[in-house]
Amino acid sequence: MTSRIILAGFGGQGILFAGKQLAKTAMHKGRHVSWLPSYGPEMRGGAANCSVIISDKEIGSPIISQPDILVALSLPSFSKFEPAVSEGGLLFANSSLIPEKSKRGDIKAHYIPATELAAKNGLAGGANVIMLGYLLYVTRLFDYDELIGNILSSIPASKSALIEGNKKALLLGYEYRG
Amino acid sequence: MSQKVLMKGNEALAEAALRCGCLYFFGYPITPQSEVSEYMAKRLPQAGGLCLQAESEVAAINMVLGAAAAGVRAMTSSSSPGISLMSEGISYLVGSDLPCLICNIQRGGPGLGGIQPTQQDYLQATKAPGHGDMHLYVVAPASVQEMAGLVARAFDVADTYRTPALLLADGALGQMMEPVDFDAALSVRRDLPEKSWATTGHGGKRKKNIVNSLYLSPEALERSVLSRQERYREIERTEVLCEETDTADAEIILVAYGISARICRSALEAARAMGIRAGLLRPITLWPYPRAALLRAAGHAKHFLVVELNIGQMVDDVRVATQCHRPVSFFGRCGGMLPTPEDVLAEIVKIHESIREEGA
Repeated sequence: MTSRIILAGFGGQGILFAGKQLAKTAMHKGRHVSWLPSYGPEMRGGAANCSVIISDKEIGSPIISQPDILVALSLPSFSKFEPAVSEGGLLFANSSLIPEKSKRGDIKAHYIPATELAAKNGLAGGANVIMLGYLLYVTRLFDYDELIGNILSSIPASKSALIEGNKKALLLGYEYRG
Repeated sequence: MSQKVLMKGNEALAEAALRCGCLYFFGYPITPQSEVSEYMAKRLPQAGGLCLQAESEVAAINMVLGAAAAGVRAMTSSSSPGISLMSEGISYLVGSDLPCLICNIQRGGPGLGGIQPTQQDYLQATKAPGHGDMHLYVVAPASVQEMAGLVARAFDVADTYRTPALLLADGALGQMMEPVDFDAALSVRRDLPEKSWATTGHGGKRKKNIVNSLYLSPEALERSVLSRQERYREIERTEVLCEETDTADAEIILVAYGISARICRSALEAARAMGIRAGLLRPITLWPYPRAALLRAAGHAKHFLVVELNIGQMVDDVRVATQCHRPVSFFGRCGGMLPTPEDVLAEIVKIHESIREEGA
């Protein structure tokens, strides 16, 4: 079983962080993982994306041309990667910033207003973790405790104020029901 | 079970170097390898070492020379244009018989080129990293785990044979994260010779050591070059590494190193699933080159396909190694473009069909 996941959005939305949480959680479950970021001048406001592969066997190419799962946080990233999602694949779109709906009939699309949910709940910058919560609810990729445990362990002691916010964000996404 | 950590290739190579006792890093930032100096700047002072951002790559490589001459493990890292700037210093290090580690996390060229991953420095690394009859011990990792493991091996080979070693990776391997098990990566430890030649200061208690690459007497220079060649022959005998996947019954053998080999591994699986007998031979040392393994493979394979992120720099090495017994094709992208496994598979299928036609 191999999951090829692309997470994409604007620089600053926590795309790379969110991808890393998936890779790290899977690694701690003994799976093979790779995490490949886009890098370069697109940081800080431009487009950012990362490719995460989770597999039961050794991973060959870490580059994903057709993701099984796309997590899109911005309109440009939706436009760029939605056509590439593999047949039968899953789309998670941040409907706060993506007014469009997927016209593809061969993928399953899920929409969540992650940026609005974050803003309403005082979780500025938490849309990425809200998306992860929703992804987790739909895919059951991991147990809830496994993922939250890994997210919290990524927060350095100097930023312990972020612990409650991340807990709240993951739960918000996990309990979201369209 | 030992602990796995999720790390970038650049961070893993830096951590491995530190754990191998390299406490001296000299460099100048350049994408896509800047995490190496960033990591060292944070960790080396804590470990009692020194991380120095030089004013240029030229300065950095000469600082490595100075540190290596004093007998400590020292390293630098850069990316393609920066390595070109270091070329003179690299040659001086070889001429002075100094062990050190140089890392090239390749980006696009020529010139300032681009910042995306390529393997466009293969010929520079393996044939002419500097002037003079010289080589570097060149290792090409294909995973973050290997970024760590080959750092250890490169330092050990460098110290054993008094030669600089080069770790040749690319932007993708430097930037990507994978699990690393440092205990496993650094498990092999060699008995290394004393650095009795080091210029450590001796207070008049022994004959002075001189580290130098200038020989004005042609006789002395020839002796020095030839004695180095003997060490190169020994490295060729004992330090070659390669990995073979499904080559035993393969008609088509892919030859690829580093990130290209990872793409090939995915293509290979797909080819096998189609019933095509394909295999992969992955050079892990690029100098010395795994000629014997390739010649063996040429005994039964019908066709070789070299895959690189350049315009075909390794093709001649495969032709020479296989003594032109079999056709050698090439597929690659350059400038930072990455082929997909499907692109490589299409090449394999083409070759497979041409073999079938010839057989018919």
